Amino acid sequence: MAKERKGIEVSLAISEAVCQADVDVVSAYPITPQTHIVEHLSELVADGHLDAEFVPVESEHSAMSVCVGSSAVGARSFTSTSSQGLALMAEIFFITSSLRLPVVMALANRSLSGPLSIWNDHTDTMMVRDAGWIHVFVDNGQEAYDHIFWAFRVAEDKGVRLPVAVNLDGFIMTHMIEPIDFEDTELIKKYLPPHRMEGALHPDNPLSMGCFAMPEMYTETQAARDHALLNSYPVCLKAWDEWAALTGRKYLPIETYRTEDAEYCIVTMGSFGETAMNAIDELRAEGEKVGGIRIRLWRPFPFDDFFRAAAGKKYLIVLDRAISFGGPGGPVALEVRNALYKKTKAPTVVDYVAGLAGRDVAVNDFKKIILEGKAKAEKGKTKGYTLYGLRSS
Amino acid sequence: MEKFSVFSSRLVEKAEFFTSGHRACQGCAEALAVRHVLKALGRDTIVAMSTGCMEIISSPLPTTAWKVPWIHVAFENSSAVASGCESGMKAMMRKGKIPKKKINFVGMGGDGATADIGMGQLSGALERGHDMIYVCYDNEAYMNTGIQRSSETPWGASTTTSPAGRKSIGQHTQKKDMPKIAVAHHIPYVATACSSFPFDLMEKVKKASEIEGPAYVHVMSVCPTGWRIPTEEAIKYGRLIVDSCVFPLFEVVNGKYSMTYKPEKILPVAEYIKGQGRFRHLTPQMIEEIQEHTTREYEKILKMCEEG
Ligand SMILES: Cc1ncc(C[n+]2csc(CCOP(=O)(O)OP(=O)(O)O)c2C)c(N)n1
Ligand code: SF4
Repeated sequence: MAKERKGIEVSLAISEAVCQADVDVVSAYPITPQTHIVEHLSELVADGHLDAEFVPVESEHSAMSVCVGSSAVGARSFTSTSSQGLALMAEIFFITSSLRLPVVMALANRSLSGPLSIWNDHTDTMMVRDAGWIHVFVDNGQEAYDHIFWAFRVAEDKGVRLPVAVNLDGFIMTHMIEPIDFEDTELIKKYLPPHRMEGALHPDNPLSMGCFAMPEMYTETQAARDHALLNSYPVCLKAWDEWAALTGRKYLPIETYRTEDAEYCIVTMGSFGETAMNAIDELRAEGEKVGGIRIRLWRPFPFDDFFRAAAGKKYLIVLDRAISFGGPGGPVALEVRNALYKKTKAPTVVDYVAGLAGRDVAVNDFKKIILEGKAKAEKGKTKGYTLYGLRSS
Repeated sequence: MEKFSVFSSRLVEKAEFFTSGHRACQGCAEALAVRHVLKALGRDTIVAMSTGCMEIISSPLPTTAWKVPWIHVAFENSSAVASGCESGMKAMMRKGKIPKKKINFVGMGGDGATADIGMGQLSGALERGHDMIYVCYDNEAYMNTGIQRSSETPWGASTTTSPAGRKSIGQHTQKKDMPKIAVAHHIPYVATACSSFPFDLMEKVKKASEIEGPAYVHVMSVCPTGWRIPTEEAIKYGRLIVDSCVFPLFEVVNGKYSMTYKPEKILPVAEYIKGQGRFRHLTPQMIEEIQEHTTREYEKILKMCEEG
């Protein structure tokens, strides 16, 4: 493919990226709102644009199992899912990272049943937050396209060897038609060298993968796993830097918007970030000293970058898109509070949960949340969380 | 070399790919079956294995009993993992990323992994037509979790979740017919085998590896612990289950059934049942019922073989 700008549905752009990444195996099981991604990949394979094995499995549990098998023999492997599909594959999702297999998945975020809902929030991805994968959140179609290459690049790095989930908001992003800059496949080849995996399963070099561990071994295996995930951080940065050098599009683990002189900030993850920017602009025009912080890299969590972004701010209003039931509120706010705990001059954290299962959160809602949150912080009302827009009757 | 069985054991592969030092119970015929299967497959083999006895006894970190590349992922998915290995290798070989080579891709699981929790995944893998072999080691229980009933546990057997009691006969359902379920997928090769008939077993596994497309081999694997028999009698009970026609040895090539072994003299099932602790509570009338069921099922298979 040559360099060009195209108006295209984001799901299809992701499939085109997977095609340009020259994957060897795609395993596929349909679930809304991820379906268009694997559908288009099946077309790309059927028409000969992508030379890969397209494995139309009978469930998501198998989708991940096939990727584990194909990745274990050294093949570049991709799958995609959402919601119930992720829940069904969760068992294997954990094992993929324990086996240190560089599988890449596009995770079109969607609520979990029940009640059944096909719309977007972050409940599904929060379920696997602690599974040992690298998690990145993209905000628009261009970022989604770019991050497929980035994900393979990081996953397959010899010093990393971990699976990567590219999280994108279901419908809000997957079904949007956006102008996207496609890169030349030659450039992609430069950025993403062919995958050569050491220690892949092959009869010439027999080894055992996925052995069982007695209590005297298990702890060490988990320490190694955490170590690997934490150590992937510099590789994530390097892969972003090199992408920027080649394309001019620069990404950071924590991104900020009008924060320099901000007194307080709204913290978001995923596509909320873009709407938040509009709200920030309007509030700024009204004299509010507000800025925005976007978490792009969720795992490994970029603590230092976050401290830097939050330094000197009075309040942080965190906008979550999932609830940790019976717990402290939203998972992102929980993370942020934890990160700031015992820091001197830590900003006060206010937690809002909004946009569950696709409920619209428009610019005006953002403005309301920001101002209300600020008022709560000023009054010290920071306990628990607020479910924004909850109808009482 | 049409048939292994007419040659002597000296012709069997000497190399061991499932080595000693594993932690199976004494007299485990399932471990023996794994060893025989690997001898038939040879070194150019990749095995994906389900959670279960054979995984636990052979892979405690940092040791391994496997001399061929081996992967364990979870309980129900060895079929899907093996199909992934096959797909990955196929793509890479086609694209010239690695040299071409004939490799056997094998999924292995116990009867629980195969007939219960992994049934959907096995069905999917067989239906998709991967060039792979699936081997089920059937010891008629979930042995790794401690002798629970599975859908392969025979009628009347007492297990920890189908105990015989004042109001229970033990397992009250018949064995699920896995080989026939595999045949229903229109795959080129299906066979039953038993480690008490090692040449027949190896011959079938070899055939399965030579045929292109999915193959299913159901191996009766006597478990002294679960059947409550003396450890040294596993081989004997393997012969008894076959010679009493409770577990006939046959193969199905492209849908055509044929017997690969006919007992010279069919033994009464009472011979086979006698001495097994799991059947200790059976009354003569219940044994008679098992006899009737066995004869009926065996005749059905014979008829299918005649019809080809
Ligand atoms: C999803 C899941 N459920 C349950 C288990 C527990 N489990 C591990 S092995 C096993 C039984 C295995 O039985 P079978 O497949 O018949 O093999 P065997 O051990 O008898 O050789 C069970 C129930 C598990 N590991 N994973
Ligand atoms: S319980 Fe049975 S199948 Fe498992 S290792 Fe012991 S003898 Fe073998």
